[in-house]
Formats: sequence, structure tokens, C-alpha cells
Amino acid sequence: MRIARVRNEKENLQQDVVDLSLIDDLIKKYKDKKGNMIPLLQGTQVTYGYIPRVAFEKLAAETSLEMSDMYGVATFYAQFRLNPVGKHIIKVCHGTACHVQNSSKITESLEEALKVVDGETTEDRLFTLESVACLGCCSLAPVMMIGDNTYAKLTGAEAVKIVKNIRIQEQENKKVVA
Amino acid sequence: MKVIVGLGSCGIAAGAGKTYQKILQLQQVEHADFELKKTSCIGMCFREPLVEIIDENGSYIYGNVDESRAVEVFEKHIVNHEPIREYVVKTDLFKTEDNNFFDDQVKIALRHCGYIDPESIEEYEVNEGYEAIKKIADEEMKPEIVIENIIKSGLRGRGGGGFPTGMKWRFARNSISKEKYIICNADEGDPGAFMDRSLLEGDPHAVLEGMIIGAYAIGANGGVIYCRAEYPLAIKRLNIAIEQARDRGYLGDHIMGIEGFCFDIYVKEGAGAFVCGEETALIASVEGERGMPRKRPPFPAVSGLWKKPTNINNVETWSNIPWIITHGPEAYAKYGTEKSKGTKVFALAGKINHSGLVEVPMGITIRDIIFKLGGGIPNGKKFKAVQLGGPSGGCIPEYLADTIVDYDSVNATGAIMGSGGMVVMDESTCMVDVAKFFLNFTQDESCGKCTFCRIGTKRMLEILERITKGKGEESDIGKLEELAYQIKDNSLCGLGQTAPNPVLTTLKYFRDEYTAHITEKKCPAKVCKNLITYTILAEKCTGCTVCAKKCPVNCISGDRKQPHLIDQSLCIKCGECFSRCKFDAITLS
Repeated sequence: MRIARVRNEKENLQQDVVDLSLIDDLIKKYKDKKGNMIPLLQGTQVTYGYIPRVAFEKLAAETSLEMSDMYGVATFYAQFRLNPVGKHIIKVCHGTACHVQNSSKITESLEEALKVVDGETTEDRLFTLESVACLGCCSLAPVMMIGDNTYAKLTGAEAVKIVKNIRIQEQENKKVVA
Repeated sequence: MKVIVGLGSCGIAAGAGKTYQKILQLQQVEHADFELKKTSCIGMCFREPLVEIIDENGSYIYGNVDESRAVEVFEKHIVNHEPIREYVVKTDLFKTEDNNFFDDQVKIALRHCGYIDPESIEEYEVNEGYEAIKKIADEEMKPEIVIENIIKSGLRGRGGGGFPTGMKWRFARNSISKEKYIICNADEGDPGAFMDRSLLEGDPHAVLEGMIIGAYAIGANGGVIYCRAEYPLAIKRLNIAIEQARDRGYLGDHIMGIEGFCFDIYVKEGAGAFVCGEETALIASVEGERGMPRKRPPFPAVSGLWKKPTNINNVETWSNIPWIITHGPEAYAKYGTEKSKGTKVFALAGKINHSGLVEVPMGITIRDIIFKLGGGIPNGKKFKAVQLGGPSGGCIPEYLADTIVDYDSVNATGAIMGSGGMVVMDESTCMVDVAKFFLNFTQDESCGKCTFCRIGTKRMLEILERITKGKGEESDIGKLEELAYQIKDNSLCGLGQTAPNPVLTTLKYFRDEYTAHITEKKCPAKVCKNLITYTILAEKCTGCTVCAKKCPVNCISGDRKQPHLIDQSLCIKCGECFSRCKFDAITLS
């Protein structure tokens, strides 16, 4: 059941200040359409990377949706997040094919390298580590996805290397900006 | 000359994007005269990235074309017109090492995948595209005749259930309503199956055309494609295809000049819930609710989306429809067995040499798929079992590998055909661990509506966890079986009714592995961490210290050039030392 997921979300209630006007257009587009709840929540998540509590409140105030219904839906589906996430979301595939090719090793290596457990975000807010059911690249197992990039036929060490390279790249970008 | 790069999700993951850029760059620098195009997955995932070159002699498909190989192929074949035979994986001009991957395949559903540019409606049109709906309009084929043809073809639902498609259409046709809906189930949730993704990425128009024909047959005016959000490329290509189809008048009002036939389709992104593969849960999800199944009857054909008659078929089923109408039901029914006609797409993955997508006529044996098309098991290991049907299916052992693939023969083994995911397992796979893996998945994905599914799967998982930790009890097997049958009997939807299948089939065919875990506290496949130990062979250890340095918990001690020792009380069994040792001095028992 999806209880574990809900419990994890509740533990961390600290949230950011967000600009709520960013979802005005989205609300206008879906406001009176039937079956609009999931598209509204999806759009909100695309905007902020997660669904902030204040966004739920705004949706409840400006549409006919109820808070309790939205919370029910948001905690039912694996896609929705109620807490801020890292800049890069690492999705490690744990489908059948990846499982028999030892994908748990990849999660373990990443957990160790990033010092987080599955589902958590690193302190610098750069990475969120997630396990997903199947990315549909079974023939290239084990795989992980970061952003739109899929990395195939991994080992634990390779996965760590990829993540480290992204971190180095981010640090360099920061320097350039500074 | 044409150069075509395979850019499906799998190809891109293997680096085909870079290959494409490299060839594009070379073309511009060298001012080479050829047409550079994109296509999708041809099914040969084990040779990705793939590049096809069509010259005056014919077609050559090159495999494993990374950037350096792309340069080589460019210089030799494209510039100097000398094909590099050893890199060619498929051609009609000579036999290649990989020929047998294609020998037994019959491509109907996948007819265009890997051959046409999925983002071009023109390419679809010149390859029999939209001819089926044209044929229906030209011959003024009545909806009843269309349904009659689908029934005659023997096509059964490719999503897993295997219900005759034409019959399903007839039920929806017979429901009287002004509004009716067509839904394409593209919520491919089975871990280990990826045929729907490949089809949507490779030939989105075939799915649209199938849905248009279905809409005409049952009299529907609205269409929804419910697609997983994890498939961004599929969604993008579907939306492109829908726009193109609207522009050409294949969607919209009075399609193909058929008076009163108005139909449009939109894509609805799923939000990630395995249970939404079930029809009524999927409908709830489209309506924006929690995806929980409801009681049937009423069936969706009577009261479905927005309480209107609704017909749901899966991606592969829809893509077969245009072919059947164009070529006639007899041509389709020519393939297959008595009760399962036509072809079926299988996704081969796991411990197999040629992983990828194959389409074979029903009736071929599992052994042929794995050893002839699939090229057998890598690293000389022994074939142990094949998992069919994902979390709802079961494991078929090696000695039943001569089972033919059709719905009834596969069901007889305790597995199900499912959507066609075939995960191959060798001697290094622990069957108890596999059962635990699937149960972990289903108990997490259970929507929670039915008590037996919600709590029963949890209890089963706890028992399996206990067994794999070496704390299993003699009575555990009996408890597992009792729970399994209760969950099957007392769940509303397919998820609960089939969730115990992976446990039941492994208990049936691999009971000795369970007893080894329980009574001997041993994992024969050496997978379950709590039941294995790593030890260093003093006579082989050179004292190189690599293992001691790599050990994350510092439990390996020993002086330089002296045999090392593992402190078993601290060892976390991560296997790091085992994979790092260059002298085979570490054993696993």
C-alpha cells in the first residue's frame, strides 16, 4: 500500500516560499474542464518540481476541487511529490530485467556516494535519489535516468562516476556565474 | 543514398543521439550527398545504436555504431561505397551472424517500426498508411462488417486478458448512446515489458488509425490515449501524429467523407500507478480520480468513461487493426494456433544474449524464442526459467520450455501471456528472491480497496522476507499457499487476483529452493545476502590489499603480501571485494 510514501512526506514539512502567480494560466486553462484534477496537479508539479502546500490551497480556493480529494489523488500516484526535490532527479530502474541484472547494487552505491537513502534529496539540493518501477529500457538493463538522459548497462561504480561528473559540472557552472 | 539512424528511447540510451550528430557533422564538413533520416526501434536492442544505409545495391543495417564506428562507416561505405561486412547486422544481400534474430519473425504490429520516420505522416501514408480507413470509406463497409472482420481474424486482446477484440467491439456497438468513447491503454506498467513504448515511438499513426477504425465500428466520438508519463518520447510523437492526422482530415468531422463520422483523440498522461492498467481503474484515472477499480458489471462497454459506453484496447491490439482490414482477416488468421491467431510481440530481457523486441507467430515454442531468436544465455550459464506476464504472471521452468506460446498453453503452466514481457533467468537467479521482488511490487501497487489484496500481499511479503533472511519456518510454505488462494478468491480486480501467481508458480516448479532456504538456510543461487559468506582463499591471496582498501566497512585485515582475512561479524556482503579481486582468491558460499 501507499502508506509508507505518505508517511515519508509528512516527516519533512519545511517548504520554500513560492511564486503562486506562476500557475495562474494553468488554472485558467483547466478551471471548468471535467476530469481536471490530475492535469492541474501535474502542471503544478512541472512548475515547482513538487506540489507546495500553498499551491493546494490556491487550487482549492480558485477551482471547485476539494483539498481532501486533491490530497487523496496526490498521494495515490507515484508521480506526485509533496516536498521540494533536487535539481537533478536520479531515477534508478528497479524493473524485473534490471532487478535480475543487480540494480539494487546501483541504488546502494549511489546511496553511499550521495549520503542519502532512497527517496531523499542531498543537502545541497542537487540530487534526489528515486527508485522507479520500469523505464522501459529493459534490454539495456540495468539503467538509470537523470533528467531526459538514460544511462544504460551500468555498474555501481559507473553510476557514481556519472553523478560525480554532474556535480563537478554544476560547480564549474557556479564559478562561471560567480 | 539514404542514411537512417535508429532513435528510439533505447537507441538514445545507447548513444544514438551522438552517432546522429557525428554523421550530421561529417556530412556538413565533407559535403557528402545523402539523405540523413531518423527512425525508431527495429527491435535489435542488443546492437544499438543502429544505422541503416540504403545504397544502389540495397539496405545494410550496421550495429554498435558509436562515434568512432560512425566515422569508419562514413568513410568506407558512404564516401567510398565499400560496405564493411563485419559490422553489418542485417541485410538482404548476404547472411550475417545475427540473421537468425529475424528468421522466424513475422512483423505485423511492428511492421513499420525501425523503417519509417515516426514523425512523418507522409512516410506512414506511402507504406499502406490510412489505407484501411480509406478502404472502409471507398467500399462503404458497414460498421457491422468491420466488426465481423475483426472477429473472423481471431484477434484477441494483446494487453494480457486475451478477450476476443471483435466481441468486445460488438458489446460496445450494441450499447445505445449518443456519446461513446474509445480508449487506448498505453499504461504499460509491467516491469520488463516495453513493446508498447516501442510501438508508440516507432509507429504512432498505426495506433491512431486502429482507434479511428474502432471508433467507426462502435460509433464512438471521443478517443483517449492513456500513456505513462515515464514515456516522454512516446507522448511527444503521439501528439505530433495527432496534429498531422487532424490536418489531413483523418481526425475531425466527417472523416474520409463518411457522413456523421466525427472523432477526435487526445493524449492523457498517466500519473504512475500499476493498477491503472485495469480498465475500470484506468477510467477513474482519466476522470481525474484515484485510480481504483470498481465492480463489474456494468462493464465499460455499457457504462465506462463519464458513464458512457467505452471500449478499451491496448496499443498492440490497436496497431494490428489497420493491417487486418487492409489485408483481410484470413491473412491474419493464417498465422497462429487454433485458438490464438496472428502474431505476438515479446520483449526479451534479462539473462539473454539478444535482448530486444521480437514479433513471432503464435504457436512458436518458448525454447525457439530464447535460443534461436534470443541467441541463448550469456557467459555459458545454464537457462533456468523464463518469467512471462510480469507481476501477474509466473515463471516457466526450463523443462517446460517446449510449451508453445498461445493464451491457453501458457495459462496451463500457471503463468499468463500478459503483455509479452519475457525476462530470462539463469542459474545465478534466486527464484525466492524473484517471487519476493514481484510481491514487493504488487503490495506497493495495491490500491488498498480490497482487504485481502491490501493486507494479504503484505503478509506474504513478510513471510518471503523472513525466508530470504534465513529465518523461515517449516510452516511458511503452507501459509504462503493459503494466503495466495485467499487473495486470488477475494480481490475485485486483476491485480489482486493475479498477484500471488509469481509465488505460486515458483512454489510449484522450484519448491526445493524454498526448502533449501528454510531448512538448510542456504540460497542455492547465492543471491540472498543473509545466506551467503565471502571468504578469502589463503593459497590464492597475494596480499595486494585491493580488497581491504575497497571494503566499505573495513572488515578485511592483513599485512601487505600476506593472506588477508574477512571479519564475518562485520561483513555487510556487498560483494565489493569479490568483484575487485583479480586473483579469484575470494569465494562465495
